[in-house]
Amino acid sequence: MNKQPSIFVRVCSILLTSALGFSSATGLTQGSAAQKGKAAPKSPAGKKVTALTEEQKVIHLLDRITFGPRPGDVKRVLQMGWEKYLDEQLHPERIADQVVEQKLRAIPSIHMTSEQLAATYPPPQVIRRALEERGIKLPDQPGSGALSQPPEKVTAEELARRRQVQRVLQELGYKPPQQLIQELQQAKLLRAVYSERQLQEVMTDFWMNHFNVFAGKGADRWLITAYERDVIRPRVLGKFEDLLRATAQSPAMLFYLDNWLSASPNARIAARPFRLGERFRRLNQVGRQNNPRVEQQREQMLRQLQQRRVRGLNENYAREIMELHTLGVDGGYTQKDVQEVARCFTGWTIRNPRGGGEFYFNPAMHDDGEKIVLGRKIPAGGGIKDGEMVIKILAHHPSTARFIATKLARKFVSDNPPPSVIERAAKVFLQTEGDIRAVVRSILTSPEFWSVESYRAKIKTPFEMTVSAVRALGADTNGGPPFHRWIAQMGEPLFMCEPPTGYDDTAERWVNTGALLARMNFALALAANRIPGTRVHLDKLTQGVGERAEQVTDYFIKLLLHGNISPQTRAALDQSLRDPQLAQPEAGEKQTDVAKIVGLILGSPEFQRQ
Amino acid sequence: MAITRRFFIKNGGIALASLGAVLQSPSFLARAVGQTPNDGRRRKVFITIFQRGAADGLNVVVPYGEQTYYELRPALAIPRPKGGEQVTAIDLDGFFGLHPALAPFKPLYDSGELAIIHAVGSPDSTRSHFDAQDYMESGTPGVKSTRDGWLNRYLQVKADPKASPFRAVAMGPNLPRALQGKAPSLAINNLNEFGLRTGSGQAGERLQSSFEALYAQSVNDPLSSTGRETFEAVKLLKQVNPGQYQPAAGANYPRTRFGDSLRQIAQLIKSDIGLEVAFTDLGGWDTHANQGAVQGQLANRLTEFAQGIAALYTDLKERAGEVVILTMTEFGRTVRENGNRGTDHGHASCMFVLGGEVKGRQVYGTWPGLKDEQLFEGRDLKLTTDFRDVIGEVVARHLGAKNLSSIFPGYQIKEANFKGFLRA
Repeated sequence: MNKQPSIFVRVCSILLTSALGFSSATGLTQGSAAQKGKAAPKSPAGKKVTALTEEQKVIHLLDRITFGPRPGDVKRVLQMGWEKYLDEQLHPERIADQVVEQKLRAIPSIHMTSEQLAATYPPPQVIRRALEERGIKLPDQPGSGALSQPPEKVTAEELARRRQVQRVLQELGYKPPQQLIQELQQAKLLRAVYSERQLQEVMTDFWMNHFNVFAGKGADRWLITAYERDVIRPRVLGKFEDLLRATAQSPAMLFYLDNWLSASPNARIAARPFRLGERFRRLNQVGRQNNPRVEQQREQMLRQLQQRRVRGLNENYAREIMELHTLGVDGGYTQKDVQEVARCFTGWTIRNPRGGGEFYFNPAMHDDGEKIVLGRKIPAGGGIKDGEMVIKILAHHPSTARFIATKLARKFVSDNPPPSVIERAAKVFLQTEGDIRAVVRSILTSPEFWSVESYRAKIKTPFEMTVSAVRALGADTNGGPPFHRWIAQMGEPLFMCEPPTGYDDTAERWVNTGALLARMNFALALAANRIPGTRVHLDKLTQGVGERAEQVTDYFIKLLLHGNISPQTRAALDQSLRDPQLAQPEAGEKQTDVAKIVGLILGSPEFQRQ
Repeated sequence: MAITRRFFIKNGGIALASLGAVLQSPSFLARAVGQTPNDGRRRKVFITIFQRGAADGLNVVVPYGEQTYYELRPALAIPRPKGGEQVTAIDLDGFFGLHPALAPFKPLYDSGELAIIHAVGSPDSTRSHFDAQDYMESGTPGVKSTRDGWLNRYLQVKADPKASPFRAVAMGPNLPRALQGKAPSLAINNLNEFGLRTGSGQAGERLQSSFEALYAQSVNDPLSSTGRETFEAVKLLKQVNPGQYQPAAGANYPRTRFGDSLRQIAQLIKSDIGLEVAFTDLGGWDTHANQGAVQGQLANRLTEFAQGIAALYTDLKERAGEVVILTMTEFGRTVRENGNRGTDHGHASCMFVLGGEVKGRQVYGTWPGLKDEQLFEGRDLKLTTDFRDVIGEVVARHLGAKNLSSIFPGYQIKEANFKGFLRA
C-alpha cells in the first residue's frame, strides 16, 4: 500500500482545482441565489448549458425534497425515474417507514399527550416542592437565567446533592422538563436521517417554521410536542385552510402569540384565562393530598393569576396570522383590520395551559359586536364563528396564495425565485382551494425548478447540512444532544427560534464567520467520529473501492459531491498527481487521513450547497 | 487504505500552492492591528450587559427618600444610609442610595464616570419575561415580527464593508436577539476555542491551509468571501494569543461565567482587533421568593454584577474615554413585596451607564413616586424614560450613528428626549 502517493494530497488538489476551476468550467456550483445578475452558466466550450442531465435532475430533486441522498439513492431513483419517485414522496401515507418508527419507539415523550407530559416532566417549581417534602432543599435559584450562561463549576457537595435529587425524581417518576425539548430535537433528527417519507419531513420542517412556536416560552415547552405531531405533520400536504385552523386552535400557538389572554374590553365578566378550580385539582394531584403547603401554594397561584390576568384585547395573534401566516406584510391589510381580527378571536383560549392545555371558546371573553375584516362584514352575535370566518377569508385570499407560493418557491427553487413560478403556483393554490400537495407538485414539475440556474443554487440550512452529511456517508446517529449542539452552534437550534417569523430561508442568514467555522468543525468532527452517539464507518465505505489513490478520491467525490467536477479540473488534477514531488510514498503511517479528506469535502463550499 | 500522515504534512501545502491557491492577504488586518483608524483616536466601543429575569430596580438603586418604599416593603427594604455599624444603602444624592452589594460602583459614581437612569424601561405592559426580553432586544416593543435586533440594525446603519469580523461579538454559545440580523456578528463561547479544530502541530496547520484554499475561490460567492473573513479572524485571534491574557492590576473579575465573559471582552478590546460592540448577559434576577434585603439572593447577584463591571472598567481604564458600558433588564418588579418575601413582575427599573464620556454622579430621569396613584396599573414603578432614548443617546453621541429611526423603527428618537448623560 505504501507505493501510493498520498491520497490526501490528491484530494486537496482535486478540491482545490475544482474550487478554482469551477465557475469557468461548468458554472453549476454557482448559486444563482446570491449572485444576482450573473450571466447564464456556460459549458466548457463556451456554449450555454441549457438543460440538466438525467443524473443531475435526480441529484437536484433529491437535494431539494429530501435531506440529501444516501449512498445508492441516486442510482435507485435514476432506475425508477424521478417522476415516480416524486409521486411516491407526495403520498407519504403510502410509504412504509418501519426503520424510523422502530427508532422513535425509544423516545417516550414524543408519544405522550400534553397532559401526560405536564405530569411526567413537571415544571421546576413542582419538582422543587416534591423535593422539599422529602427534606431536600434546593439552593435559592431565581429562574429565567441568562440564555448564554451554562451552569458554573460544581462542587463535590453539589454533585452528591444532585445524585440524591436524581434518586428522588426516579422514585416519583418525574423527569426534568428540559429533557422534553431534547427528545423532540432528537426525534426530528432521527426522522430527517432515517424516514423514508422524506418530503413529509421536509414539509414538516417548512410548516413548523412558517407557523413558528418558540419552545422556550413558558407552557409551550409542554405543548409543542403535540403541536408538531398532531397539528402540523398530519396536514403538511393537505388543505391550507385545515392547517391554518388547526394552528389557530392549537394551545401551543394560542399561548405563544398570547391570544389565550385576549378578551373584549367590554366582556361581561373580568375574564380569567382559566378556572382556579382546575388549577387546584391539578395542584392536589401533583402536590399529593393533604399537603401542608397547599395554602402557601394557593397564595402563590393567586399571585401568578393576577400577574397574568387579562388586560383586554391582545393584537399579537391577529397581526401575525395576517403578516406571517397568510397575507404577508404587503398583503393589503390595515391596522384597523388587525384590531377587527383581534376582536374576532377574543375568547379563543386555553383550558389549563400548564397542565396540558386544551383549546376552548370562552363566550365570556368574546367581543360579540359586528366586525369588518378586509371589507367583509362579520355580523354581531357570531361567537366562535367570527374566528372561523376570519380563517376562511384569510385561507383563500389571493394575497395568501401568492405569499405561500413565494415561500414554497423560495424553499424549493432558489432564494429569489422567478416570478413565473410563483404566479403559476399561486394560481394552482386558488384553483384547488389551497391544496398544498398540488401547489408543491406544480413547483417541483415547473421548468424553473428544473432549470440550470436553480441547480445547486441553495445554501443548506444547518439542519440540512448536518443531516445530509450523515445521510451521504450512510452513518448512524441517535440524534442526541451532542449532535444537535452543532446545529445550534451554526445558528439553527431546533424548536428554539424566538420570533414568530421563523428562520429565514435564504443564504445570507446562514453564511457568517462563526457559523462557517462551526460547519467546518462539524465536518471534521463527524468524519473523525468525534460526535458521541454518531458513527461514521469509513473503513466499510472504502472496502472494495480499489486501492489506487485515484479510485478512493473518485469514490468520495462521487459519494459526497456527486462528481460535480469539470473535465478541465480533472485534467489539472491528473497533472498534479503525476508530479513526482507529490507522489512520494512513505511507510508506517497511521491511516487517519481518510477522515481528514472526508472532513475537507464535507466542510468545502460545494457541500454547503444543494 | 494507508494514507501517510507525514506526506500530508510535508506536501499538503506544496500541493495547494502549486495549484495557484495563493491566499489574499487579510484585508482588514492592516487597518485593525495596532492601527488608529480615526485620526489618532482608537475605535469607540459599546458594551451592553443584559440582566435577564427582571432586576428589582427599587432594591438596586434604592429611593430611600420615599417613606412609601419602607411601608410597602417591610421585609425587603434596604435601610436608609446612616453612620455606624449597620449595613445600609450607600447614599448617592440624598434621595437615592445604592444597594450595599454595589459598593464597587460608589467610587465610579463619585469620580463622575457612572450615571444611573431610573424609572426606565420598555413601554409595553407585558409581564412575560420572554416577550419583554424579546421587545427590549428587537428594540420594537409590542411588535413581535421584527426580524433583527437593535444592535444589529446599528451595525447595518453604520455599515462598514471593511469591518473586522470582530466588530460585533456576543459572549456565549448563541447570538442574542439584539445582535441577530444581516450585519455579521460573532457569538463566541470561549476565545480559546475559536478556530478550526484541526489538531495541533504542523498537520493541523496544513489541514487549516487546505480549508483556506478551498474557500479562496471566486469573489462573488458569499461562501468564499465569508470563508476568507473567517480565516482572517482565526489568524488574527491567534496573534492575540488569548491564552496568555493578563488583566490590568486591580481588575479582579469574579470567577464565574459572567466574569469570564467580561474578561474576554476586555481582552478583545485591548487587542485592537476592531471590536466595536459587545454583548453579554447575566441571569438570576427573577426573585419571586426569598429575595433578601442587604444580604440574600439579590445581594449575591449584585455582588457578581458590580464586581464584574468594576473589574472590566479597571481593566479598560487607560482607554476609558473610548468605552461606554450600558446595563438593562426587561422590566422591574412590583413595588409591594409579596407573601414569599419576594417581588413579582413589574414595569420600570433602572439602568447603569459607565464610561469616560459619561457625565456621572447623577441619577437621571423623572422620579414618578411610589404612592398608589403614582404607580403603573396600581402596583408597579411607572416608566418615565423609554429605554430607546437611552440607547439612542449612546449610539448617537458615543458611536456617532445618524439614522436613528432605522435602528428603532416606529419610534421617534429626538435629541430633546436624551437625558444628557453623555457629553455631546
